[in-house]
Amino acid sequence: MADKRIDEPTGTEFVGHEWDGIEELDTPMPRWWLWTFYLTIAWGIVYVVLYPAWPLINKGTEGVLGWTSRGELAKELDIADQARMSFRNALARVPIEQLPANEELMQQAVAGGNAAFKVNCVQCHGSGAAGSPGYPNLNDDDWLWGGDLKAIEYTITHGIREQGNDGARLSSMPPYEGVFEPAQTNALVQHVLSLSGKAESNPVGAQIYADNCVACHGANGEGDRAQGSPKLNDAIWLYGSSREEVRRQILQPRMGMMPSWESRLDPATIKMLAAYVHSRGGGEDFVEVAEDPAAKADEQP
Amino acid sequence: MNSPDASTVTEALYEKRKAVHPQRIDGPFRRFKWLVMLVTLGIYYGTPWIRWDRGPYAPDQAVLVDLANRRFYMFGIEIWPHEFYFVAGLLIMAGIGLFLVTSAVGRAWCGYACPQTVWTDLFQHVDRFVDGDRNKRMRLDKAPWAAGKIARRSFKWLIYLVIAFWTGGAWIMYFADAPTLTVDFWTGQALPIAYITVAILTLTTFVLGGFMREQVCIYMCPWPRIQSAMLDEKSLIVTYKDWRGEPRGSVKKARRDPGHFGDCIDCNQCVAVCPTGIDIREGAQIGCITCALCIDACDRVMGEVGRPRGLIDYATLEDCEHEAAGEEPKTVWKTLLRPRTLIYFTVWGGIGLALLFALGTRNHTELTVSPDRNPPYMLMSDGSVRNAYTLKLRNMESRPRDMEIALEDLPEAVMWTDAIGRNDAARTQTVMVPADATRTVRAYVTAAPEAGSQKFSFRLTSLDEQREQDRTETLFSAPVGE
Repeated sequence: MADKRIDEPTGTEFVGHEWDGIEELDTPMPRWWLWTFYLTIAWGIVYVVLYPAWPLINKGTEGVLGWTSRGELAKELDIADQARMSFRNALARVPIEQLPANEELMQQAVAGGNAAFKVNCVQCHGSGAAGSPGYPNLNDDDWLWGGDLKAIEYTITHGIREQGNDGARLSSMPPYEGVFEPAQTNALVQHVLSLSGKAESNPVGAQIYADNCVACHGANGEGDRAQGSPKLNDAIWLYGSSREEVRRQILQPRMGMMPSWESRLDPATIKMLAAYVHSRGGGEDFVEVAEDPAAKADEQP
Repeated sequence: MNSPDASTVTEALYEKRKAVHPQRIDGPFRRFKWLVMLVTLGIYYGTPWIRWDRGPYAPDQAVLVDLANRRFYMFGIEIWPHEFYFVAGLLIMAGIGLFLVTSAVGRAWCGYACPQTVWTDLFQHVDRFVDGDRNKRMRLDKAPWAAGKIARRSFKWLIYLVIAFWTGGAWIMYFADAPTLTVDFWTGQALPIAYITVAILTLTTFVLGGFMREQVCIYMCPWPRIQSAMLDEKSLIVTYKDWRGEPRGSVKKARRDPGHFGDCIDCNQCVAVCPTGIDIREGAQIGCITCALCIDACDRVMGEVGRPRGLIDYATLEDCEHEAAGEEPKTVWKTLLRPRTLIYFTVWGGIGLALLFALGTRNHTELTVSPDRNPPYMLMSDGSVRNAYTLKLRNMESRPRDMEIALEDLPEAVMWTDAIGRNDAARTQTVMVPADATRTVRAYVTAAPEAGSQKFSFRLTSLDEQREQDRTETLFSAPVGE
């Protein structure tokens, strides 16, 4: 430190750095600044004692307060659950027929159902609830077992063709493999497609249809919700509407299965799911369904 | 270490703050400072209490930042979050306004209007009120901590604390209905954030105004450093005219040796009145906030000794050179009106006019449309194609309004909403949008499959005398082929 130099006008020592003739002065810091600095050091020591701080080989220091971010998360989730309790309780109390009357509860149910749908239902029905061949689309206005809130809730609760659930919705289309001559089968396929205007009708097909299919699908293919038999006279085809697909469905019918959710989800969540599915644009009102025999069947436990 | 003087300075790890005890002074600039202080503090403490009637659906506070409901009210103007560009525009105007003021009259903001300056000034008046003027205060500072000093200091700090608390208390009034919040605050019913905010602002005002004072300007504030870059030789700054003042000498000395001494009689009044404790005669420096109190002090002294005023004065660097050379200084107008200030003013005014224009022509009815993408379209049992849309209907008037949603283009298509129901599907739907709110409506548009994918629009019309309209184009999707 032999060459300490002093800046004449200010009396301050030079640091010794120089850029293009501009030199840096070693101006002392104000005292309060230094105090603030010491304060942050003291704060740091207190923090290290209280909270997790130093990473060690297996695990870090834990701090005397025992605080963890996981514990914090658990606490926050608890609080969130508490906050939802009143909503869930209210939802559990309200019979699903009266849910639409309570607009706010309905909105919350739809939002909650949206979340539950993403976890439990998208695997088959798709994230937009649009389904895929063999898995029903929940946005449209075609319902095999009824589309009002109560019917939907019942389907979710008990499932479809779920073995071991006494309330499960059951329906079965018998296989017609080997029953008809190929020509007869062709005529029947032709007739089935004619019900929705996709082909010309023919007497042979009509006769076979009348003998074998009317009991479930109705004379004009209007289906029957009481037994879950699909409409054949509309534009929606669960297993496809090509000749090949219709033929296969007659000879070796495929019948999807939906699990019952009553053992996996609580009634409030099932109500939320019903509200969400109902809100997708195809939901039916109770008023219409009241005259529908299907609704009466639904009311059985 | 060849200079013993310097070694005492350089060896210290820190520099102890030298207390500043500015002396009382009166003069035009001091009176102007009083006025500015009165106006700024009046605005700050008083504004939240001004009432402004907006009808039954909106608060009646003239200036209100309603964070909970995300609205900003300023007299007849209401700003929604999506219109934050108005606030951004105001901030840009404030920034350019600072540039304009700085390039014209130097650090006028620092000297008169900056909150740090105003509150420091207020606290220095408290000092004077409790402890007396400069000399008394300096004596008291050096005095031992006896009963009298402790009593005075406690009393003074109590007044600091009351002012600081009042300052923090006034701040929160901008964020809630002031009379209600005042009652809630004193009955312990206000939100914790209100108490925390008041506590923090009380602490900062107490510390920054009562004790840190000029240290904030010199060490903490970035604005003085930015300003040094904004000032040029044409900016008005507080200047000691050294060619006139030097060499300094008392009146007596000057009488003995006429012709040798300048006008400065070295009375140190300019230093005594300075609120940041600097000597303006050392030239322009970062510590000078250009409050011009030294001008008041020097002018008074010059008057007393019978010399012309303005030894310390607002002057530009350029003028100083002219004056030193014996030329006539420029008029104030010529100093203020120059290309740089005019350009700043034009930009500042342009932004202001643009904001006013945008404010005057903005629509209080807005529609945003987001089509469902998953699934993009639905095939219905009767063969028709249905698309779903989420519409957001925004009613920015503070009264409920009926609004009509209508389909444009897309002939033959009908629509129904979650509010109206499928049985009433039609080309138009009327829904009520609550006052000052956005209503979300799910709309289902159904068209024959032959329609194919095509663009169309929703039109929203307010069904009141205003008939405001907004139109949003979107897409109708349909399966390809068939």
